[in-house]
Amino acid sequence: MKNAPNYLTEDNSLRSWLFTTDHKRVAILYFVGITLFFFVGGAAATLIRLELIEPQGHLVTSDTYNRLFTMHGIIMVWFFLIPSIPSTLGNFVVPLMIGARDLAFPRLNLTSWYLFMVGGATTLYAIFRGGIDTGWTFYTPFSTMYSNSHVVLAITGVFIAGFSSILTGLNFIVTIHRLRAPGLTWYRLPLFLWSLYATSVILVLATPVLAMTLLLVGLDRVFGIGIFDPARGGDPLLFQHLFWFYSHPAVYIMILPGMGVVSELVACYSRKEVFGYKFVAWSAVAIAGIGFFVWGHHMFVSGQSPFAALVFSFMSFVVAVPSAIKVFNWTATMHKGRIRYDAPMLYALAFIGLFTIGGLTGLFLACLAYDVYVTDTYFVVAHFHYIMVGGMVTAYFGGLHYWWPKITGRLYPEYWARAAAILIFFGFNMTFFPQFILGVLGMPRRYHIYPPEFQIWHVMSSTGASILAVAYALPLFYLGWSLFFGQRASANPWHTTGLEWQTPSPPPKHNFETTPVVKRKPYDFTIKGKPRAQNA
Amino acid sequence: MHKMPDAQPAFQFVDMRQQHDVARLGMWVFLATEVLFFGGLILSYSAYRTGYPTGFAEAARHTKIVIGTANTAILLTSSFLVAWAVTVARLRDSRFAALLLWTAALLGVVFLVLKGVEYSAEFNEHLLPGFGFAFSGPHIHAAHLFFSFYLVATGLHAVHVAVGIVVLVVIGLRAHQRAYSDLYHSPITVAGLYWHFVDLVWIFLFALIYLPGRGG
Repeated sequence: MKNAPNYLTEDNSLRSWLFTTDHKRVAILYFVGITLFFFVGGAAATLIRLELIEPQGHLVTSDTYNRLFTMHGIIMVWFFLIPSIPSTLGNFVVPLMIGARDLAFPRLNLTSWYLFMVGGATTLYAIFRGGIDTGWTFYTPFSTMYSNSHVVLAITGVFIAGFSSILTGLNFIVTIHRLRAPGLTWYRLPLFLWSLYATSVILVLATPVLAMTLLLVGLDRVFGIGIFDPARGGDPLLFQHLFWFYSHPAVYIMILPGMGVVSELVACYSRKEVFGYKFVAWSAVAIAGIGFFVWGHHMFVSGQSPFAALVFSFMSFVVAVPSAIKVFNWTATMHKGRIRYDAPMLYALAFIGLFTIGGLTGLFLACLAYDVYVTDTYFVVAHFHYIMVGGMVTAYFGGLHYWWPKITGRLYPEYWARAAAILIFFGFNMTFFPQFILGVLGMPRRYHIYPPEFQIWHVMSSTGASILAVAYALPLFYLGWSLFFGQRASANPWHTTGLEWQTPSPPPKHNFETTPVVKRKPYDFTIKGKPRAQNA
Repeated sequence: MHKMPDAQPAFQFVDMRQQHDVARLGMWVFLATEVLFFGGLILSYSAYRTGYPTGFAEAARHTKIVIGTANTAILLTSSFLVAWAVTVARLRDSRFAALLLWTAALLGVVFLVLKGVEYSAEFNEHLLPGFGFAFSGPHIHAAHLFFSFYLVATGLHAVHVAVGIVVLVVIGLRAHQRAYSDLYHSPITVAGLYWHFVDLVWIFLFALIYLPGRGG
């Protein structure tokens, strides 16, 4: 059966894709980009885990190992995690969720993708030229004075990608403020949009500080301006302050969108209104706000003032409160709901569990005394992987499955998707839980030669990693299969309430035939079969 | 060329008013990122100035205050002209608006020329880090840091001025073609905001760079 043309079939020349300003197509371009980088970063991780199977470190040299974990970090943080949910799923559904025809600045949106790809290509080029060995944090004075690797090239790549982040954040903020459909008040917004709004604020306010910091590192390296050089009166700690002023909020860039997705999933598959909607909404804003004042907890052993450390420790505990509110409210939402264990819900449940472990171990690290004990050990590595991989990547896959019918017009194969979700959950825990134990036992991070008594935990972790690698590759195959052979999706296959489900799958070029008028709050499953908005 | 479509909003907007609001909010958000961009630099400057108060005062006395002051006056004047142009363009006096914008752009060029004169003088006095820096006396480290910030901050500001000049020339050209009216003036309003911001950054830099160590 041939339907009316949609955004995919409208014009299929390569030119029309590369010059598109349609937010839905730009989202697809981003999908292609970040999937590529995900597997590049994943390849580095695979080599790291392979290397760590045996304690003598025969596979690669120490220098290569340094370059591997640096490449893994840089690629995964800036070229997968930061753009992951906002630039793909967010780009696709923000205008649909607010009943708009596109983002506020469609051309800027495409520009943002090109900047992202140019930044990524520059970084990849740095890797092909021999890589960079500073770790993803570029700590001075190693990065400015001693490293013999391609620091300037790599930070140029990150610098350029930063502009892409800023433009995406700017676009979302303006769009959510100004382009909402009639009747769509702030408290009628889906929680995913509250999350993306909070994320965008961080993108816009934190990223420029990173840009300035990297610029100073680059100038220091090239011209020797010495701002972070102790031999010239500069202070390397200043670099750490500036870097973490960006990079700690960036952790929230890497988790808030995931929380937003989970709010959508939990409501849809429990068929209930999100418990305490306003608390969940404002907790996103609170996390973004408080998140700007906790950066010093990365520097507890750096020699910063103990009074500053005290305040940063306190603030780090405070930021856990809104996160906990979210977890409790998702749980309360599920209470007495009619839960369906479809693949997206399995991902959401995995997220809640893994994020809770990641969050609680974060509180260990916020304790000044305990942090000194586990600083720079695998405990820290395990903690942030529980947040970023267990949290964000899981939520990304959940959201990807949930909106897949809307994006492609096809249903994914449910049993394969459930199998992948379960495999990811087990593979992930097997990879990273042993790392908590390793950390407590005293295994430092970033070493590839270690005492033999740690081997058992490393082997366990590497086994888990190979399961995880298979599990992450699975969706590539069955989702790819579904593009051609999947069952065709109706407009609203999950019988849920968002505006994005009230237009055909895939949507027409300008999203809606007529602008919807919103009459009710989101997640109102009480009136069976009645859409939340009617077309004016 | 089509005259009417000027008053038609782009496809994603309901009306011209929404389009205008979007353009303005977009620029304000962009300026927020700029504040944080320069903020990072100014914060670092402040940290070191607190750490090396006498050294920074000593170094700041080597800056060219006459050129700096002249440049401040030049940018303030150009900002005034741009504000005037925005008002005038909305009153449909397009030719005059264009003239004001181009004059403002010209003042921007004068600013850059004077900045160049200043740099070359400082180069000859070995005050530019990375270009044969030398400084006599006990405060060489502090002076080196000071002039590093000076170079980075004024250099980045100069880039912003250069971008602004291009924008003003292009917007002036569009104004000359009578593209703007009371109904459609987002580009000129938004360009004006940007130029005022560049001006404002300079006012901060002027106080931080030229004035320390000169009082009393």
